Amino acid sequence: MARECKSVRSVYGKTLAVLGGINKNIVVLDADLSCSTQTQVFAKEFPDRFFNVGIAEQDLMTTAAGLACCGKIPFVSTFAMFATGRAWEQIRNTICYSNLNVKIAATHGGITVGEDGASHQSLEDIALMRLIPNMTVIIPADAKETEEAIKFAANHYGPVYIRIARTSLPDIFDESYKFDYKKANVMRLGSDVSLVTNGETLVETLDCAKILSDIGINAEVINVPVVKPIDKDTIINSAKKTKNVITIENHSIIGGLGSAVCEVLSGDYPVKVTRIGINDEFGQSGKAKELMAYYGLNADMLVKRITGLLK
Amino acid sequence: MINKISEPDIKEIKNVSKQLRRNVLMMIHKAQSGHPGGSLSCIEILNVLFNYCMKHYPRWDKDVNFNNRDRFILSKGHASAALYAVLAQCGYFKEEELMTFRQLGSRLQGHPCNTKLEGIEVSTGSLGQGLSISCGIALGLKLDKIESKVFVLMGDGELEEGNVWEAAMNASHNKLNNLIAIVDRNKLQIDGSTEDIKSIGDIRLKFEAFGWNALEIDGHNIEEIYYSLQKAKNSDKPFVIIANTIKGKGVSFMENNAGWHGKAPNDEQLKQALEELK
Repeated sequence: MARECKSVRSVYGKTLAVLGGINKNIVVLDADLSCSTQTQVFAKEFPDRFFNVGIAEQDLMTTAAGLACCGKIPFVSTFAMFATGRAWEQIRNTICYSNLNVKIAATHGGITVGEDGASHQSLEDIALMRLIPNMTVIIPADAKETEEAIKFAANHYGPVYIRIARTSLPDIFDESYKFDYKKANVMRLGSDVSLVTNGETLVETLDCAKILSDIGINAEVINVPVVKPIDKDTIINSAKKTKNVITIENHSIIGGLGSAVCEVLSGDYPVKVTRIGINDEFGQSGKAKELMAYYGLNADMLVKRITGLLK
Repeated sequence: MINKISEPDIKEIKNVSKQLRRNVLMMIHKAQSGHPGGSLSCIEILNVLFNYCMKHYPRWDKDVNFNNRDRFILSKGHASAALYAVLAQCGYFKEEELMTFRQLGSRLQGHPCNTKLEGIEVSTGSLGQGLSISCGIALGLKLDKIESKVFVLMGDGELEEGNVWEAAMNASHNKLNNLIAIVDRNKLQIDGSTEDIKSIGDIRLKFEAFGWNALEIDGHNIEEIYYSLQKAKNSDKPFVIIANTIKGKGVSFMENNAGWHGKAPNDEQLKQALEELK
């Protein structure tokens, strides 16, 4: 399916620059990846409020923490791998324990990092961020949702982690989309199975649901952009209806969205949950699309897997 | 222009230091938990800083001048007992509360927590992060054109953390002359001598190589502490004071003994220590 795609990283950079013009307290920090993360757009407009700390992710997080202590609203960007891995303890002990107003907008999450391979493919970032008290975790699915998530983060007090895809993504939401961080969105109503997803796998899941409907399977699709705090009600209501939940994510099946959904349902409405994502293994080099297929995350592979599960 | 500290002030600081040491030991004894060695080594530093050097407001954010306060970060968060003793002495809270140190429900957490206690800028305890946090604060103050200074107290053992040297580069690159670091150079860490475990070498030369101004002093000498802080305030670069101290200072059996890094005195030891600090 050929569709026009937008660079969500460009959207991030442009949105930051717009917000920077409105709110003088917004500052941006990067660790030598401003061309990749697109914080360079902000840097060009507001050089005084942009800090490149060099290749030093620990310093990146703790410097942002200090700026937040002065009432600034720091947006911090680097690759998801290094933001959440290298500097996890700075995020945990300084940013979150102190409940500082730092926004970590990390790009290059998931297997779709592509050719750079496993060292750069963060399959653990959602688990690592979800675990920390005070942290809000958001995974937008397209350009519009990315823009809305960034605007939300700028106006919400407290630490926020936003995973921004490396890949360009087709539009899912139109201009009327209102981001509500307390709500998951039911994207498609169905009664046979609940497909719960977010981020880059939302478009694949929607395409998969269309194909499933052609063969008589009526799938409900739920987008969960905010993995923490998670909207329990929408997930439980869908599970009550379908009694069969499948989670789909561009992340390890350990600790991410799938785990979050299991935590909700096991306590409040136990039904069978199948987690689709990257199994307990490292990724590898390849084109993003090839990797999505290889790891079973594109629409065609999802159809195969899900029809198998529903037999 | 650097003023000298007066003789009566020196006498007063010495008296207050004794009382602060007594409080530190009573707190740790009551909790049967805490870090006496590194708390006792930085008493004079904190005392001079809070009582004779920093512009700060014990009414905290209720004071109209709050935004113009000098900032203090205890990067060596395990010396919390010393900081709490000084904050109480300055009037941030009543001295009685010191005896809740490290106990369930207390605002005086084992390591400082900003969301629980006023007077704490940011939570610390995990070593190596304070200098970098202070860089961020120094940058923020400069953005807002606030003339205040940022003081950060580090341990010498914590200089083994890489985050410190990332921050050292950050500070000189951004010309943070509003940043003043103090290293409590007591030469001991948990497992023994800093030079045996991972030799730090010449701290002054290291910081100078990173683009800082540096001065080495006797960290128990009131005049030297006062002089170095005045000098640091007028520096054109980030400034580090390497304060040579004695771990466990003031209590004969604790001095220069790594074993007292994180151990509470028993009843008898407390009695002897308080006797020595009369």
